[in-house]
Amino acid sequence: MVQQLTTGERQNALVILVCIFVAGIAMAAAGGSDPLGMHGVLVLLFGGGLAALVMRSYYEPEPTQDRPSHYYDDPTKVGIALTLAWAIFGMFMGVWTAAQLAWPDLAFDAGWSTFGRLRPTHTTGVIFGFGGNALIATSFHVVQRTSRARLAGQVSPWFVLLGFNLFCLLAVTGYFMGVTQSKEYAEAEWYADLWLVVVWVTYFVLFLRTIARRKEPHIYVANWYFMAFIVVVAILHIVNNLAIPVSFGQAKSYTIWAGVQDSMVQWWYGHNAVAFFLTAGFLAMLYYYLPVRAQRPIFSYRLSILSFWGITFFYMWAGSHHLHYTALPHWVQNLGMTFSVMLLVPSWASAGNALLTLNGAWQKVRDDATLRFIFVAVVFYGLSTFEGSFLAIRPVNALSHYTDWTVGHVHAGALGWVAFITFGSIYTLVPSLWKRERMYSPALVEVHFWLAVAGTLIYVFSMWNSGILQGLMWRTYTQEGTLAYSFLDSLVAMYPYYIARAFGGLLFLLGAIVAAFNIWMTVRAVPAAVDRRADVPDTGLAPGAAATPAE
Amino acid sequence: MDIDHDTLVGFAKSWGLFYFIAFSICVVVYAFWPSNRKRFDDAKRNILDGDDRPWQ
Repeated sequence: MVQQLTTGERQNALVILVCIFVAGIAMAAAGGSDPLGMHGVLVLLFGGGLAALVMRSYYEPEPTQDRPSHYYDDPTKVGIALTLAWAIFGMFMGVWTAAQLAWPDLAFDAGWSTFGRLRPTHTTGVIFGFGGNALIATSFHVVQRTSRARLAGQVSPWFVLLGFNLFCLLAVTGYFMGVTQSKEYAEAEWYADLWLVVVWVTYFVLFLRTIARRKEPHIYVANWYFMAFIVVVAILHIVNNLAIPVSFGQAKSYTIWAGVQDSMVQWWYGHNAVAFFLTAGFLAMLYYYLPVRAQRPIFSYRLSILSFWGITFFYMWAGSHHLHYTALPHWVQNLGMTFSVMLLVPSWASAGNALLTLNGAWQKVRDDATLRFIFVAVVFYGLSTFEGSFLAIRPVNALSHYTDWTVGHVHAGALGWVAFITFGSIYTLVPSLWKRERMYSPALVEVHFWLAVAGTLIYVFSMWNSGILQGLMWRTYTQEGTLAYSFLDSLVAMYPYYIARAFGGLLFLLGAIVAAFNIWMTVRAVPAAVDRRADVPDTGLAPGAAATPAE
Repeated sequence: MDIDHDTLVGFAKSWGLFYFIAFSICVVVYAFWPSNRKRFDDAKRNILDGDDRPWQ
């Protein structure tokens, strides 16, 4: 890793890490016994530990002169490792919290392990830890290949990747201590949020500069999606997290938004986090790794452009459907509902485009579990976008809101779409990135596939059942006009579904562990592929003759 | 002039709509502009060529 950096770059890295170390000391001093002080210690250990790693390799030989003639894949490799580590952590926390709902004793009577503190470690762990690292890793890979240019920086990709993981660490460790802004998917407090702004702006600049260096005249559509993801997440994050800390020595802050405006800003953020974090970036993966894995160009490039702009411009307005029947003005609710329904058009355009790309190559889908991951992801993308549009309609929402149906919908998207496309992309990426002939065990990819399918279906079906049952029980009246069921009645009725849900989640977690093992063994045990002819530009010269890649 | 709730609603319901329609026309024109055809066809094929080095 450090060997790829020149001495000057190693010095820059050290300067940055020392700054982080000093910031950690300042936080620890200002915070004292407040959770902010604990986080200061975490930050200084993070900066100091990485600085030690750089110093250990400081005097190793510098990289060779031909560095610019290769893509820069070290950050992607580390990013994939981090993706898998967060997947296992985040999904384990999910299984634990799911099991707590069925068996509340699993909180073990401790403060840090109550449901309220563990739940955000699951959501942050899977969305930001697993999803975010996968997005960063694949975006670095895809932007280089589609632009035919090396990343426009040596230290900045590391800064983005590791800085983002520091944010995730601060967020997750904070929840255990009770640190939270109480904003869904934006629980991390002000200092972590400020840090993420710095990291994200660096990411944006790095991505733009890499695209500016491109040798391919047209910017491939996957990069548009990645750009939309980076730009919009920056805007959302900044606006939703505007807050004033109680003091610089305390973790607690208060948002500047008040009342229903706060709710609107939060769900404008929350829904666009789904749109631009969990959809746009993963559609970028789809538009690159699906054609590459299937070895077929995307069915219609024009359609991909139309659906890109459709998704980008419709999603922005859909957030208010989270606030039906609230103090939010009725016309704003209508606006969110209408745009949510319209969103079906660009969403299904993307899903249809992907399925039509596979049309004519179904034997590949049958034979290749990796391609099947991508195929199932597309099917679930189509299903959950339809479901989302449907749930956003106000009368439907009257039945579904606050029930497990919402949880089922989210997981149809998060497991069926996001995790499936991520694993499909990783299985496509890993052998080529580490120059391996194949995965360590294709059979284990099959095992993972069926565990994941079974886990997702069990999860989603149990939540559909329990959600609709819950919704119906809450709105059933007796002949006298009183509610027929108490809340506790509905809770008892949920019990079997909660057990089924925890079991489905467990299967999905087992699949992720199988994937991590298989990928680890691929890197460790599978022999390197002989330099494939396809990897080298065809120059028409004898092998070994000096060649300049063609423009 | 006072900028109150009704002003914003009026603005969103009129100019918001026009801006969306104008924008969607621009996107459709761009996607179907005849001279862009070759550029798009190249873009979707070029990612499959398996060349794993940056171009110099």
